[in-house]
Amino acid sequence: MGLSKNHQLLSKIATNDRHGENSPYFDGWKAYDQNPYHPSKNRDGVIQMGLAENQLCFDLIEEWIRKNPKASICTAEGVNEFKNIANFQDYHGLPEFRQAVANFMGRVRGNRVRFDPDRIVMGGGATGANELITFCLADPGDVFLVPSPYYPAFFRDIGWRTGVQILPVDCDSSNGFVITKAALEAAYEKAQEDNIKIKGLLIANPSNPLGTVLDTETMRSLVSFVNEKNIHLVSDEIYSATVSGSPTFTSISEIIEGMECNRDLIHIVYSLSKDMGLPGFRVGIVYSYNDAVVSCARKMSSFGLVSSQTQHLLASMLSDEEFVGKFLSESSKRLAKRRSMFTEGLEEVEISCLKSNAGLFVWMDLRRLLEKQTFEDELVLWRVIINQVKLNVSPGSSFNCSEPGWFRVCFANMDDDTVEVALERIRTFVRQAKKGKAQVKNKRLQNNLKLSFSSRRYDESVMSPHMMSPHSPISLSPLVRAKN
Amino acid sequence: MAIEIDDHQQPSVELSKVAVSETHGEDSPYFAGWKAYDEDPYHELNNPLGVIQMGLAENQVSFDLLEEYLEKHSEASSWGKGASGFRENALFQDYHGLKSFRKAMASFMEQIRGGRVKFDPERIVLTAGATAANELLTFILADPSDALLVPTPYYPGFDRDLRWRTGVKIVPIHCESSNNFQITPEALEAAYSNAEAMNIKVRGVLITNPSNPLGATIQRSVLEEIFDFVTRKNIHLVSDEIYSGSVFSPTEFVSVAEILEARKFKDSERVHIVYSLSKDLGLPGFRVGTIYSYNDKVVTTARRMSSFTLISSQTQHLLASMLSNKAFTENYIKINRERLRKRYEMIIEGLRSAGIECLKGNAGLFCWMNLSPLLDEPTREGELALWNSMLHEVKLNISPGSSCHCSEPGWFRVCFANMSELTLQVALKRIHIFMEQLRSSTLASNQDYSGCRFLVLQVARQPI
Repeated sequence: MGLSKNHQLLSKIATNDRHGENSPYFDGWKAYDQNPYHPSKNRDGVIQMGLAENQLCFDLIEEWIRKNPKASICTAEGVNEFKNIANFQDYHGLPEFRQAVANFMGRVRGNRVRFDPDRIVMGGGATGANELITFCLADPGDVFLVPSPYYPAFFRDIGWRTGVQILPVDCDSSNGFVITKAALEAAYEKAQEDNIKIKGLLIANPSNPLGTVLDTETMRSLVSFVNEKNIHLVSDEIYSATVSGSPTFTSISEIIEGMECNRDLIHIVYSLSKDMGLPGFRVGIVYSYNDAVVSCARKMSSFGLVSSQTQHLLASMLSDEEFVGKFLSESSKRLAKRRSMFTEGLEEVEISCLKSNAGLFVWMDLRRLLEKQTFEDELVLWRVIINQVKLNVSPGSSFNCSEPGWFRVCFANMDDDTVEVALERIRTFVRQAKKGKAQVKNKRLQNNLKLSFSSRRYDESVMSPHMMSPHSPISLSPLVRAKN
Repeated sequence: MAIEIDDHQQPSVELSKVAVSETHGEDSPYFAGWKAYDEDPYHELNNPLGVIQMGLAENQVSFDLLEEYLEKHSEASSWGKGASGFRENALFQDYHGLKSFRKAMASFMEQIRGGRVKFDPERIVLTAGATAANELLTFILADPSDALLVPTPYYPGFDRDLRWRTGVKIVPIHCESSNNFQITPEALEAAYSNAEAMNIKVRGVLITNPSNPLGATIQRSVLEEIFDFVTRKNIHLVSDEIYSGSVFSPTEFVSVAEILEARKFKDSERVHIVYSLSKDLGLPGFRVGTIYSYNDKVVTTARRMSSFTLISSQTQHLLASMLSNKAFTENYIKINRERLRKRYEMIIEGLRSAGIECLKGNAGLFCWMNLSPLLDEPTREGELALWNSMLHEVKLNISPGSSCHCSEPGWFRVCFANMSELTLQVALKRIHIFMEQLRSSTLASNQDYSGCRFLVLQVARQPI
């Protein structure tokens, strides 16, 4: 065919790697998709622990939906609103939706701060929101500082179509992976020397993959830092309601109430994908204290508005104060219970995790299982975990962690039984590893593994542990389908 | 609100170049009309003297059919089989999209084209609206400072959608009223040469078929010429077919897909179709856009990129259910066409009896009205003066051709499907009186339309 003779017929963006999918980490997905665990049909399958989903509170949401048929524009009770809602494409968003989201965000922060509904701008999920805020704040070639380890898809979200680069600010276990002013200053100075233009600092609080919340002192030093350098601060707070117990979550919105700060620098990204477990609904939010950014972001949101059907449903749900209160408290409890069930299970075989009380995952320390403290060995161990232990976990190197041996393990996307199965497999593996058996298997498996990639995206949800996926991408992979 | 910082101490922080540019296009007259409407919106009972919105290409004529479907089909409102239905749907964020929805969309697109072409659901990429689809394709097909050729007049939103964040340029393919604004091979070549002369690399042609704002389908022979042109130049062809279900007669629309099938898909890898449910189904709020590409690499890349702009799984589920009901879709398509045709005939007749001619149209939610005889000077300024009067004196928000980059002044796009028949009658009455007053000697010269100030009052007093 004519076009294929000339490979330059697509854009640079279309042909570069910043979509991030050509990474070896998709082997884990592939192993899972080819052999997914099922409690009755496939107890030997791979358990998906690489997916940061919150599946613990659907019953509460389902109950609410059953009791509130008016919130849907498809039910007999709600269809009278169909026409108005279906017709509504104003990029300001439904006022009641913005109000409800602002209230919800305030509730999640214990009502210690108030959010202005007029500063709420929609994005296509947090994915769209992070890209959108980047388009507003930075030019192609500019750089954002991002503390490592960080969510792998930031590479795509912050940079693919925007042309903005990430400069990691490395954090390590010597101080519990806390961001230090010294590390920030060092990164900034180096950037200055290399003539790199730093436009902002992007933090995730609570952190993915660490599952920790930032302490007040650290946050105040971040705010000072950005004010000093006159750069932006984007705080991705999508896990804000997954916090249990202490330390409690402190939002950037609270910090700036208590100190000198140029608020034009401060922006929050939010979403309902993690806190409420609704990633399919694509509810991303950009909240900026900078009027010009709100205005620009709002216009840009045309490229990723939230479906008015979904806005309508959630406006109703999130303005139900009683439901919200019950949901937040129950969710936090269930996450705490699941987290401790998992960490205690790991402790039985002396596997420790970074002390954490947020997120949908733990940051597991397997350094002592590495032959050598190198990333090569981390990947070897990882492939063993996938292929022998049959758990899809995420290696620290995929998060740009500067220290090998750490793994992110998700625990909220399955039921209790599956957690038990996973723990049992880990316990068995660790005991065998102690006896040296695992070493032999390492080498055998190493020879069988090949690098490959599939067309999957990060944190993509196709299956719950309970059912076979009708949407497995393997059959749709262009590699498989390629006609030539 | 921002804490005041002394200007001497701290420069204000920079935003990106994209953020401070005006390529979002909202400072154009197209949007000024909106503002006038928002400030004084017509309402049959509460504000009969207000501005009637005729600048909004919405389809409000067929909602009853959708509501009826929902009332009869409760499965659309539930989340599918059993208790797990909701959870599975709420978790579903796979950028491939719900298979049942893609199948339903493919089938719907086939039905609109009378079954003359087949669409493969695996080539359908979902985006949050055609707005996102057009931008996404541009990111894939062109680099910053490259250009797409777009026939004029075109949808004003393209200036933002194709250019703003992508950095890509639009080079116009000039079309003229002398041949009913059809795209000619000469115009295509001229546009291409223009771009070359400016050292701009052309990556593709983007057509809208049926056309916005013309309200007319592109003839088969012209489509063939356009396809031959892009093949010769080895560039892409994007066909925005979002109004394909709004063609008044089923036989008059030829999709670029039909051209490709007739040629057995030779050179088809350069072709990409954009579709949406915002116009044909009247569901702009649901943000349902699609890209259908005959190019595997574009499909894969577009799918990855759609991560930034996926369709809510809740909405995919509802529409999968609705659009896979063939009895419903066939009936909808048929009745919707009929109603739009009827509206079109109503407005054309009303305008004709007021002495105004329109371009012969056969599709869409608007007509392309020729007011050039009324211009005092055949210039953009003349057109804007007339537009201003239409807005402030006649109290109709219509879209001036200059906002659509029309090369000839005096043309206006007038929407007719976003209001009740009664409101349309009121609008036609106002135009009628306006034209009468123009013809009478009191307003003969110098674009003095100020007498129209009392026009709406006159209309309000008259029986319809």
